[in-house]
Amino acid sequence: MSNLTVSVSPHIHHKATTSRIMLDVLIALIPAFITAIIVFGARAAVVTSVCVISCILCEWLYEKITKRPNTITDYSACITGVLLAFNLPVTIPLWQAVFGSAIAIILVKQLFGGLGKNFANPAITARIVMFLAFSVTMTNWYSPYETTSIWLYPIDGVAGATPLALIKRDELEALPSLWNMFLGVRGGSLGETGNLALLIGGIYLMLRKVITWHTPLTYILVVVAFSALIGQDPLYHMFAGGLFLGAIFMATDYVTTPQTNLGRFVFGLGAGLLTVIFRVYSSYPEGVSFAILLMNILTPYINKFTRTRPLGAVKDD
Amino acid sequence: MLKLRRIKGVSPPHRKHTQNSPVEVLPVPKRVEIPMLMHSGKPAIPVVKPGEYVKVGQLIGELSGTISSPVHSSVSGTVKEVRTHDRVTGQKAESIIIESDGLQIHHEDLKPHPVSTLQEFLDAVRDSGAVGLGGAGFPAAPKLAIKNLDELDYILINGAECEPYVTSDTRTMVADTEHVVDGVRLLQQFMKPRKKIVICIEDNKPNAIEAMREGFKNDDYVEVRVLPTLYPQGERKVLVYNVTGRIVPEGARLADVGCLVSNCTTITVFSRYIKRGIPLISKVITVDGPIVRNPKNVLAPIGTPIWELFEFCGGFTAEPGRILAGGPMMGIALPDLEVPVIKTTNAILADVVENKNKIRETVCIKCGRCLNVCPMSLMPPNIETAYHLKDTDEMKKLKINMCVECGSCAYICPAKRPLVQAIQLSKQILWETKK
Repeated sequence: MSNLTVSVSPHIHHKATTSRIMLDVLIALIPAFITAIIVFGARAAVVTSVCVISCILCEWLYEKITKRPNTITDYSACITGVLLAFNLPVTIPLWQAVFGSAIAIILVKQLFGGLGKNFANPAITARIVMFLAFSVTMTNWYSPYETTSIWLYPIDGVAGATPLALIKRDELEALPSLWNMFLGVRGGSLGETGNLALLIGGIYLMLRKVITWHTPLTYILVVVAFSALIGQDPLYHMFAGGLFLGAIFMATDYVTTPQTNLGRFVFGLGAGLLTVIFRVYSSYPEGVSFAILLMNILTPYINKFTRTRPLGAVKDD
Repeated sequence: MLKLRRIKGVSPPHRKHTQNSPVEVLPVPKRVEIPMLMHSGKPAIPVVKPGEYVKVGQLIGELSGTISSPVHSSVSGTVKEVRTHDRVTGQKAESIIIESDGLQIHHEDLKPHPVSTLQEFLDAVRDSGAVGLGGAGFPAAPKLAIKNLDELDYILINGAECEPYVTSDTRTMVADTEHVVDGVRLLQQFMKPRKKIVICIEDNKPNAIEAMREGFKNDDYVEVRVLPTLYPQGERKVLVYNVTGRIVPEGARLADVGCLVSNCTTITVFSRYIKRGIPLISKVITVDGPIVRNPKNVLAPIGTPIWELFEFCGGFTAEPGRILAGGPMMGIALPDLEVPVIKTTNAILADVVENKNKIRETVCIKCGRCLNVCPMSLMPPNIETAYHLKDTDEMKKLKINMCVECGSCAYICPAKRPLVQAIQLSKQILWETKK
C-alpha cells in the first residue's frame, strides 16, 4: 500500500504566508510605536496595549461564539489594534479604546465575514465612529512631552492643538517647525506624528515586498500637488496630519484596497484629492480617515474597471 | 519589435543540482510497461501479442489517426501482457508489458532514414515516435506539418527549462549537441523560416549556452538567445512573446503568428532517427529531490518503473511522501513507484510531504500577488470566486481557457489557495456546459 500524497500542482510554495505578512506589518509599525512613547510618554504604550488586547479578545470571543475557526494567530486583529491606537489621542479614556476596538473587530470586520471579507478598514471606520461619538475626548490633544506622567488616567496637561487645526484656524505662528513635524514632535494622534518612523516602516514593507509603492506614493504626491495648487503649504499638508500613517499603513490594507497596481494608483489618486478637499473645505481639520473610507467603498468598482487585460485575449461579442 | 508588456512570472529556487552531472545509463530493467498513450491525441494500437519476442526499436504500437504517435519497444524480450491501465491523469489506456532478456538486441529495421523532401522528413518525424517533450506530448509530425509554411518566420527551439530541479534538456544540449544541431539543420533545410531559428535558453544555464554557441558557430540562420531566468519562461506563448514580441491571439495557433516552438530534446529524437534509425525508446531523466541520496541524470528505457531509477540513485534518505513526474511547478504527483517512465518524463522527484500546517489553506486576503505574477495576466482570485459560484458567464469573461496552468499564482499565494485546481475544475465545468 502506498503512502504517497497525490496533490495538485504546484508542489512547492513561496515561503510568504498570511501571518508572516501581517508580522511584517507589525514590525514596520515598531519605529512609529517607539516615537509615540518618546513623544507622548508611556501612556502611548498603555493605549496601544489596551487596543491590541481588546481586538484580539473580541476576535477570539466572536469566533468562539459563532463556532468559527480561530484566526487570532494570523496577527490581523493585532494590526487592527495597533492601527486603531495610533489613530487615537494619547489621552483617550481606556474604556473608549476598548469600545473602539470592539467596533473595529466585531462590527466592521467579523460581521462582514472576517478577514478578507470586510469592505472597510476596521481601524479607520472605528476611529470615525469614535470621532463622531466621543468628539470631545477624541480631540483632546496634548502637546508633546507634556503627558509623560500620565499612565492610566488622563490628567489635565497642556492642551495643544494639532498642526492641521492650527492651519484651519489660521494660527500659523503657533505651528511647530517642519523638522519637528517630520520627526513627530507635535500634537496629534499618538501614532500619526512620527513621519520619519512611519517612512522607515513603509520602506521596510516595500523592501519585504509586502506593499507596492503605487498607493502611498501617489497618495502623498497628490496631497502635496493638490494642496500647493489651491494655495496651501504642501509640506505642512504632508507632515501635519495622519497622511503618512494613512498612506503607508491604511491605504495599503490588502482587503479593502484594489488588487492591481493600476487600481492602487487610482486609489491613491482619489484618496489624495479627497483628503485635501476634506482638510480645506470641510468643517474638520483632518480628512485622511474619511478619504480612505470613501475609497474603500469605491474599491470594488475600481477593481471592476481596472481588470487586467489577458495576453492576446479576444474581445467577447 | 517594441514590447509594450513585460510578461510576469515567479522565481522559485532553481535547485539545478544535476546541471553538471553527466548522463549515466541505467542497467536494462527486467520488466518494462510501455503505455500506448504517452502523447496527447489518440492512443497507439498494440501490434504485438503476448508471448511474442520483440527487439529494441521494434514497432509495438501503431499510430491511429493524424494526432497520434507510434510506440516502439525499449528492450528485447518477450511480451507478457497487453493490459488496460489507469493513467496518472485519470484516463484508462492500454499498455504492453515486456519481460526483458537483457540482451538488447536491436531490431533489423533500425537503419538510417535519409530524407530529401518535406514529406519524407515529416514521415520520418512521425515514424520516430517524436512527441513534444517539453511536457505537453503533442505529436511532433502534425505540429510540424503547418499549412502556411511560406509564412513561417521563426522556429524557436525551447531550451528554457524553467522548472526547478529539471536539467535533462540542459544535458541534452551539452552532451548531445550533435543531434540538436542536426535537428535544427533539418528544420532549416525543410521548413526554411523566413527570419531565423532561435535557440532559447535561460541565463542560469551557461554550459548549455556555450555548447549551443559552439555547435552553431557556422550556422548564420541560428541565434542563441539568452533569456532571463523567470518561470514560466519556457511556456510557448511566453517564449514567442519574449523572443519575437508577437502576441498569440486567444484560440489561435503559434503558426498564425508565423512561429513554431519545439523543445530541444524533441528535435534530437527525429534527427537521431533520421541519422541512426533509432526511434524514441529511452529518455534522459533528472532524478532528484530533497530525499534522493545521489541526484543524477539517468538514461532510462521507456517503460522502466520509476523505483528502479531511484534505486539507481542510491535510494531515499527518508520515507518518501510525494513522488513527482516532472518539475515541482507543473509535475504530476504519482500514486506509487510502479508508474513507468514515458516519453514525456523529463524528471522524477522525491520529497517528504511538507509540514501540513505550513501549507495550511487560509482565506484570500486580496493581496493581489497572484495577479501580479500571472504570465497571461489573468485574475486568479476572481476565477476562484466564479468557480465557487459556478458562474460560467464570468468564467468565460475571465478567460480561464487561456490559463496555461503554470501554477505561478498558487506558488506565490500567501494564503496557499488551490488556485490551479479551481481553474482546472472551472475549465471542466465550461467544457461540460459546452457539450
